[in-house]
Amino acid sequence: MSRPIQYNESPLTQILPSIGKSTSLWMDGWIRLKKNTLAIVSLAILILFCAVALLTPVIAPYGYEEQDLLLGAASPSLAHPLGTDIFGRDMLTRIMYGSRISLAVGFLASSVAVFIGVFWGAIAGYSGGRIDAAMMRLVDILYALPFMIFIVLLMVVFGRNILLLFLAIGAVEWLTMARIVRGQVLALKQQQFIEAALSLGLSHWTIIRRHLIPNILSPVIVYATLTIPSVMLLEAFLSFLGLGIQPPESSWGLLISYGVETMEEYPWLILFPGLFLSITLFALNFLGDGLRDALDPRTSKD
Amino acid sequence: MFRFILSRLLQSIPVLLIVIATTFFLVRAAPGGPFSAEKSVPPEVVKALEAQYNLDQPIWQQYISYMNDLIHGDFGPSFRYPGRTVNELIAAGLPVTAELAFYAMLVAVIIGISAGVYAGLRPNTMHDYLPMSAAMIGICMPSFLMGPLLVLVFGIELEWLPVSGWGSTPGDKILPTLTLGLGYAAFIARLSRGGMLEVMTQDYIRTAKAKGLSPTAIVLKHALRGGLIPVIAFLGPVFAGLLSGSFVVETIYQIPGLGRFYVQAAFNRDYTMILGTTVFFAALIIFFNLLSDVIAVWCNPKLRHQYRSDS
Repeated sequence: MSRPIQYNESPLTQILPSIGKSTSLWMDGWIRLKKNTLAIVSLAILILFCAVALLTPVIAPYGYEEQDLLLGAASPSLAHPLGTDIFGRDMLTRIMYGSRISLAVGFLASSVAVFIGVFWGAIAGYSGGRIDAAMMRLVDILYALPFMIFIVLLMVVFGRNILLLFLAIGAVEWLTMARIVRGQVLALKQQQFIEAALSLGLSHWTIIRRHLIPNILSPVIVYATLTIPSVMLLEAFLSFLGLGIQPPESSWGLLISYGVETMEEYPWLILFPGLFLSITLFALNFLGDGLRDALDPRTSKD
Repeated sequence: MFRFILSRLLQSIPVLLIVIATTFFLVRAAPGGPFSAEKSVPPEVVKALEAQYNLDQPIWQQYISYMNDLIHGDFGPSFRYPGRTVNELIAAGLPVTAELAFYAMLVAVIIGISAGVYAGLRPNTMHDYLPMSAAMIGICMPSFLMGPLLVLVFGIELEWLPVSGWGSTPGDKILPTLTLGLGYAAFIARLSRGGMLEVMTQDYIRTAKAKGLSPTAIVLKHALRGGLIPVIAFLGPVFAGLLSGSFVVETIYQIPGLGRFYVQAAFNRDYTMILGTTVFFAALIIFFNLLSDVIAVWCNPKLRHQYRSDS
């Protein structure tokens, strides 16, 4: 749910507590974001999850493969707050290790997508004319491809390689980013500061890097935040089918698929990984919506 | 309009050709042939099998003969199930998957649009927040999590509904349909809410109000048509999502549909089956994207006039 659009509030009084003190665009955005409790809570949760994922090898209560066959699948207790799986392995530890892969795939594959999308869109929009038409036609064609099926196919053909997973997901998700960036650049390049940069003799490449891309960062950040959850979903989907992350690596999707097999007897084995995946997706979506309202008020709508 | 449809049709031909070529060469480039899993097969047998499936010819010749078969509607034999053709497998799985996808689409559209329109007409009230929070849950809960949870609650704990099969016991179609449909209902609810919010501020709605039309008439006759355009444009992607969602749902509920066949073929490295189903899925998805684009243009007078003035 996005923050409601407030048409009647004057943006000036809203964002500038005392007129006269100048604030940067990012400061404005931060001030607006801070008013959005849901987005701030989401941000805090995400920072916490990322910190825990990074520190997992240090702070995990048990070893990842540490079995306790006598204990077997135990329901949550003080020693094992999230229970254990059928081999007596601590679920909290496994979920923490799983979060490393799930979050890494989410962030890295999104970065690949953002990087390709921004440059593709910026070059197309800035060049205009035939180059633009050709580049965007390629995007249109790729849009029409059934990508989910293609990724499954890639996983089958080249084995379940995590690097390939990054690339495959990243290669799919850049299309929308390219379209957004192109639209923004088309509007920006008519502006006078670009004309000024040109008349100063800057190269096109410098103008794209130094003047255009910084100016489109806010929609890019917003959309990137919304790309991460869809990437994480895709990874979990593939892992659930057994076509993504392979053991001994682990991810939340894989843990869910293990949990499904035994959920009748040991429901916590599916509930907890599912809960963590859902919370992360929630947080990313709320943060993305919050950022959109804060940084890019013009495009804020569902 | 006709010209628009024609140009979109012509555009989808190269897309389809790219899909077929990429899939074909990817599958052929895969390490490990389709028969390498079977142990201790004498080399003569492998040769005979390869000859039977044309695998001993140069790859471009294989491609040409595959394309030739495809034009005649023949997807070739299955590598894994001797004596069965891919056509037979598709014919067996398609009706099941089509029925599942149809019901799920109904669920998604009916629940999604009614919740979204309801919320969009009452923005920033409890009537807006509640359905939209539910929609957020639907978006953040993937089908492979929603499915098992529905099974756990309604199948195992409450024992209201059967937890597997398709058409064999009464009510066994309910859980798969909900699992597949509810996530998209959530997306559609958000889209239609956004569309309604935007439309309700338009001048023509104010005019309709000024004419003294009843609120129901305003919504049904004026607002819905404009407000639902984003939803209609989204139906193509929904369809593609339903197809790939059927991979998961049919696996969870053990439904003998195309999605399950596809996942099994992926695991068995049944290359002709993968190739055939991929091409088939791609053609379907491209067709439905086209359909939803055409309907979106037809519903949107601005776009319609633009295309009319072009021709």
